[in-house]
Amino acid sequence: MTAKSLFDKLWERHVVVPEAEDSPAVLYIDLHLIHEVTSPQAFTALAERGLKVRRPDLTLGTLDHSTPTLPANAKGELPYATPEAKAQVEQLRKNCEEHGVMLLDLGDPRRGIVHVVGPELGATQPGKTIVCGDSHTSTHGAFGALAFGIGTTEVGHVLATQCVLQRKPKSMRVTFEGKLQPGVGAKDMALAMIAQIGADGGQGYAIEFAGEAVRGLSMDGRMTLCNMSIEAGARSGMVAPDETTFEWLKGRDFSPKGEAWDAAVADWRSLTTEEGAHFDKEVVVDAAAIHPMVTYGVSPDAAAPVDGEAPMASTEVERSAAEYMRINGGKPFHDTAVDRVFIGSCTNSRLSDLREAAKVFAGRHVKNGLIALVVPGSEAVRRAAEEEGLDRIFIDAGAEWREPGCSMCIAMNGDQGAPGELVVSTSNRNFVGRQGKGVRTVLASPATAAASAIEGRIADPRPYLSAV
Amino acid sequence: MSFEPFEILRSRTIVLPQKNIDTDQIIPARFLTTTSRKGLGKAAFYDWRYDVDGRPRNSSIFNGVDPDTHRILVAGSNFGCGSSREHAPWALYDFGFRAVISSDIADIFKSNALKNGLLPIEVDDETHEYLLSHPGAEVVVDLEKELVGVLGGGKSATFKVEAFARRCLLDGVDPLGHIMNQTDAIKAYEEARA
Repeated sequence: MTAKSLFDKLWERHVVVPEAEDSPAVLYIDLHLIHEVTSPQAFTALAERGLKVRRPDLTLGTLDHSTPTLPANAKGELPYATPEAKAQVEQLRKNCEEHGVMLLDLGDPRRGIVHVVGPELGATQPGKTIVCGDSHTSTHGAFGALAFGIGTTEVGHVLATQCVLQRKPKSMRVTFEGKLQPGVGAKDMALAMIAQIGADGGQGYAIEFAGEAVRGLSMDGRMTLCNMSIEAGARSGMVAPDETTFEWLKGRDFSPKGEAWDAAVADWRSLTTEEGAHFDKEVVVDAAAIHPMVTYGVSPDAAAPVDGEAPMASTEVERSAAEYMRINGGKPFHDTAVDRVFIGSCTNSRLSDLREAAKVFAGRHVKNGLIALVVPGSEAVRRAAEEEGLDRIFIDAGAEWREPGCSMCIAMNGDQGAPGELVVSTSNRNFVGRQGKGVRTVLASPATAAASAIEGRIADPRPYLSAV
Repeated sequence: MSFEPFEILRSRTIVLPQKNIDTDQIIPARFLTTTSRKGLGKAAFYDWRYDVDGRPRNSSIFNGVDPDTHRILVAGSNFGCGSSREHAPWALYDFGFRAVISSDIADIFKSNALKNGLLPIEVDDETHEYLLSHPGAEVVVDLEKELVGVLGGGKSATFKVEAFARRCLLDGVDPLGHIMNQTDAIKAYEEARA
């Protein structure tokens, strides 16, 4: 028998109709996550054909992209960026109600960013296929699931049939060899990997992350790593489930209980890559050599160690990126002044991310004039952070503590930088104008973002993390 | 589905030579608060066409270009990377584009484009280089034969489009109908797993 990879096993389990020369496979979807931005047109398509949601019980909605992170005013009105944003939220509410889909609405204590709440509820589980009209759906692969982003037309397909048409992607294994140095985390691993293979290095592949440094990551860290798969062009990234995974999932709302739990864990243990399994491509990253990373360009693969400098631009594309970013080659990163810091997003807004940032902020203050936003990924993260007093640490340090949501990662809810500002951000994309017109984005870990907020310059977090 | 069936396309090109043109460039996120898929052409490449104050940029490559005669976008590699927003192909189609040519087009964008009458064409590096260095070239795209040719340049190349998506574009096969025809298999799958 041919040795199988985790990806092979996940794929095979979900084939309803195998692919043929003239048609892709019909692949069954176990969990369909929806949010307000990429679902309205799919529901319209359903209505036009008189169709209903086939499996509302496998569909879960949340509100995150267009929602304000500032509280309601005295009249109870939320400060939406535009009337359209409000209409979009209301549309999802209406669609979910009409089709009997569970919605984590505003005010629901379980609401949050789609890729934070799925796992938090235990809806994300090993062995599942998970899709969402959102490219960062790869996040859920951290649990040993096959999870990938889809477009709105496909959202409609899944709503109507619980299936998508897919051809099996090629497979790639990225092995992080060795142990991470202190002060280096999953975000740095992701940026180092993308810098190594390029923003299109994973295109057409499903990635499995393996190796000692990956095994050593917490679930939060694994989610950060899988989240960034798409920034290397791969629609999905995954980590084989293990004790860390099972321990994390046990007792969550949607997790199996009692005997069903034991049976599930026994099954999940089989979701590993067998010795000798074939991968179309193998990549090895030297984990022990990774430093805290920052980006200097306008694509996530333009990343380098924070304690170094940006490389000299050698092509027209690199020159134009350097001109936009005003980060020139040969200049230490520490020379670059920072206007704003954003800690949040589906990449880095979980409790351990906030703890990491709080460690740096504790007893310190953000640089005079600098704006720092800390946006928890969910209501649950917010409550847990507040119970630990992390909110006080952020507020005392001069940062703003906001309501959960995508916020400045996609910057469509009104949270954004001003033209020309340099933002150190724990999000996932440093594209031109992503965080506001003319805004210059530097991607980094929560610790690096916090250290940069303190110094008002791009800063190495390690001195803050080692000091007791 | 409300796009025209793909026939032979003959049009001039607009060239955007940059690598990694992401979907935030194709349509900035602030235009995503719509609940409709219509009328997004005005938002296509908005920040490339207008400055931060909303004034048309003098330097924009789109200035003075007639979308009716320039229906083919030629772009640098990894075009359409980033978010899964289907608003990107909706905007390009509504702007007037019917095909995008690059050496390598991002997966989700490619999948979305194919569902909306916008043909993503991946060509070999040499053809790509030629097209990048000949903006405004008159190009013929034959999807049936999977052939792209430059008029007057004697240049032609083959390309591959996923077989099912190609049928959908050429023959108007409806992908949702195709899945729904498998309802028995879907039911059997659900029952076997229950």
